[in-house]
Amino acid sequence: MRSLPDVVRIDNLNVTFATDGGAVTAVDGVSLRVAPGEILAIVGESGSGKTVTAKTILGLLPDTAIAHGAVILSSKDGSNSNDVLAVSKQKLRQLRGADVSMVFQEPSTALNPVYTVGWQIAEGIRAHGEFSRKEARAKAIEILGRVGIPDPESRVDYYPHQFSGGQKQRVVIAMALVLDPGLIVADEPTTALDVTVQAEILDLLRRCRDEFGSAIVLITHNMGVVADLADRVVVMYEGKIVEEAPAQELFSNPQHDYTKRLLGSVPHVGQGTTRATARLEAREAHWAAAKPVVVADNLKIQYPGRLGKPGFTAVDGVSFTIRPGEVLGLVGESGSGKTTIGRAMGGLTRVTGGSLTVLGHEMNGFKERAFKKVRSDIGFVFQDPASSFNPLLTIAECVAEPLVVHGRAANPRAARRRVNELLEAVQLPRAFGDRYPHELSGGQRQRASLARGLALEPSLLIADEPTSALDVSVQSKVLELFAELQKEFGFAALFISHDLAVVDILADRIAVLYQGKLVEEGTGAEVLGAPKDAYTQRLLASLPVPDPVAQALRRDELRILRAAG
Amino acid sequence: MTTLTETTLSPRAPLWTRLPVVHQLRQSVGLQRGMLVAGLVITGVFILTAIFAPLLAPYGYSQLRDDSGSFGAQQTPGGSHLLGTTVGGYDVLSRVIWGSQTAITVMVIAVVLSIFAGVALGLVSGYFGGWLDRVLVVICDAVYAFPALLLAIVMGIVISGGRSGLWGGIFAAAISITVVFIPQYFRVIRAETVRIKAEAYVESARVLGASNGRIMFRHVLRNATRTLPLIFTLNASEALLTLAGLGFIGFGIEPSSAAEWGYDLNKSLSDVSSGIWWTSLFPGLAIVLVVLGITLVGESLNDLADPRLRSRRAPGKTAATSVVPGGTLNAGPGGIDGLEASSPASDQHSNDDPFEAK
Repeated sequence: MRSLPDVVRIDNLNVTFATDGGAVTAVDGVSLRVAPGEILAIVGESGSGKTVTAKTILGLLPDTAIAHGAVILSSKDGSNSNDVLAVSKQKLRQLRGADVSMVFQEPSTALNPVYTVGWQIAEGIRAHGEFSRKEARAKAIEILGRVGIPDPESRVDYYPHQFSGGQKQRVVIAMALVLDPGLIVADEPTTALDVTVQAEILDLLRRCRDEFGSAIVLITHNMGVVADLADRVVVMYEGKIVEEAPAQELFSNPQHDYTKRLLGSVPHVGQGTTRATARLEAREAHWAAAKPVVVADNLKIQYPGRLGKPGFTAVDGVSFTIRPGEVLGLVGESGSGKTTIGRAMGGLTRVTGGSLTVLGHEMNGFKERAFKKVRSDIGFVFQDPASSFNPLLTIAECVAEPLVVHGRAANPRAARRRVNELLEAVQLPRAFGDRYPHELSGGQRQRASLARGLALEPSLLIADEPTSALDVSVQSKVLELFAELQKEFGFAALFISHDLAVVDILADRIAVLYQGKLVEEGTGAEVLGAPKDAYTQRLLASLPVPDPVAQALRRDELRILRAAG
Repeated sequence: MTTLTETTLSPRAPLWTRLPVVHQLRQSVGLQRGMLVAGLVITGVFILTAIFAPLLAPYGYSQLRDDSGSFGAQQTPGGSHLLGTTVGGYDVLSRVIWGSQTAITVMVIAVVLSIFAGVALGLVSGYFGGWLDRVLVVICDAVYAFPALLLAIVMGIVISGGRSGLWGGIFAAAISITVVFIPQYFRVIRAETVRIKAEAYVESARVLGASNGRIMFRHVLRNATRTLPLIFTLNASEALLTLAGLGFIGFGIEPSSAAEWGYDLNKSLSDVSSGIWWTSLFPGLAIVLVVLGITLVGESLNDLADPRLRSRRAPGKTAATSVVPGGTLNAGPGGIDGLEASSPASDQHSNDDPFEAK
């Protein structure tokens, strides 16, 4: 083992992109090496150059990029090594799959929908040597079985849409493993997956190393995933490596300022419990008896199905209340109906059954005209900061929009004073009002979005995953701001998120949704401290914590939990 | 605090560099720029010729004789008739120059009529959806399925009874082209509207309780019109071809009321076999060049609008303040911290935000 060379050695890599605004350096003097059978995590925030570095290993850079330096790739048995940047395209094709392969972020787009998964795996095999159709198929069945697809003999003829998201990612990993490469590059392999599925895929990746002996380069922004999987961690910042250390050392004793800040801003469960109790104690005695802002009673929302087919029930008999000044955190995986509930409260989706009362207005069978007055009392913050602003209006015009629509100002210019106040409330400089949305970073845009949501001083704010598109350190700032504003303005809020730790920071009470049903509701201490429902327990146990030692313990707990359930 | 932050705002580019075609011209490089420039030059010459036709043309479009008597039919190029005369005794050069005026009028009228109707219908249809949308889409598909020229002939007969004077002929051609073009604008604007309708900023306006009219015009329409310059240019060249086609098969404008290239081509058919090349060559060349020029502009705009098709200058020296890909003013990897606390690595943003001033 010791005699084998590093599977990949990157020396002084520079990557420059040609853009409309001139040349831009994405990777600046990066050197790193990966030993056989090692899991190296590259962490950093969007734009730090981690993905570009990884793509260079496979020679997958676009035409607009120019790379300098050396990327020496060795085969698994150490028999030959090549500089990826120097070899011909034909040689590169031979290396891909055989020496290095890739696992992509989004499994549903990495698979071709019109071919069976068996065909797609066989294609990779047949591209690298003489295999008959039968042999390739046998190999595909074998590999599908080894990545944990049940009944591989028949599943090999399934099309991608017949698999769930997690299974699709297993198939993608099977494709990467089938030629037994020495190195797998996994680019955010679990970002698109739910937490419970993420835990399974992380287990599988660990088995890739243990059973197949592949080294893995793991690219991620999730420190929990790093703690769970990585042997060694490289932290990238503005295209440079700022810190490189074994995982345990990095988490217990970070050296660089940036690493410390990054680790400090990772939310973890249990943070918000004390704060929530403090808030509860500060409330007036008769608060619990006050008239609730939102009451959902056996709420049902069904999307119409195609002709002759029953509709899809997104929300099925959910009941909850939000009292004035209270933050209800709504947690669930994709497809659990949490966004649908938020949209129904904003009047964007029709309620089809039960009752939903928002600020005294019944939403079941609501009329837009009657609801318009209520709208001025509801603020909405959307998930994606990139698309929540009209790209042709300035930030000031966007923030002034609610004031103009509800007749508080004649035009955006007249509203400018109020807009300036709002921008300052969300800690943005006034001058940002004259900028266009694309000139702001994601975090700044999300703060402007908060300003717009608060423009009419609503008594209810609906925040639909407001931080899920942001980097961790930006996320922690936005959450902090949200908590401050909530304290100052005292609005009630529905805070929707898929991340338990994020909800925990803000929410007074937490409601857990699973497949359209409310499985558990209570204060943070109740739900996160002593979850009663099996699903909540699994959800909580699946959440990786940014601490390698604690995470190893949690992993065992989860295994027991899964075996039991 | 504000005085401090205002200094960091980068000045916007001057207005003229942000105008549609000028912006693309500055953005383009290499072959794409060559195509765009060639297209712009040809189109420019065409427009100037149309405007200054009365000054440029040696004779009127319907002039058959001057002081020295009748021109005579089928005169060879040279002498007082630089490009010769036609079988009907008109001066070819004058007819070609005057023809540009007719062509541009038809293009402008056709495009203006269809752009307003098409955009309005597309916006309403895409935004409201429902049965209106379905009916309009079916009608537009039906119009698509019709051969454009056949439809134009029918319209020509309906409007002017087949042949007519200047404005009758121009409108017959323009309106018939309009009918064919409305579905194109309709389709494009409708598709964009349906896409934009689902964007978060439109939903945000709906949550606010903004009226449908306000959402449609303030939020949807302005964002939906980006591809219009492209269809605009491509349709303009198609309008010219339809006009020439109408003239060629005999539904055009009388030679006494305006010059029209398609008509001249029709009349020169018999000349071709008898070795008289100049009567057909020059009107034909005019059609080909104008269509080529406008199409070049349109195709270049299309390529430049798509970042995947746009070619860029090879990276030379890296700009001094390298930014990471993924957005101009993206927070440095320190996130908001990177912007706000003056960390040494991102000092170009350090005074962007007064967060650290607290």
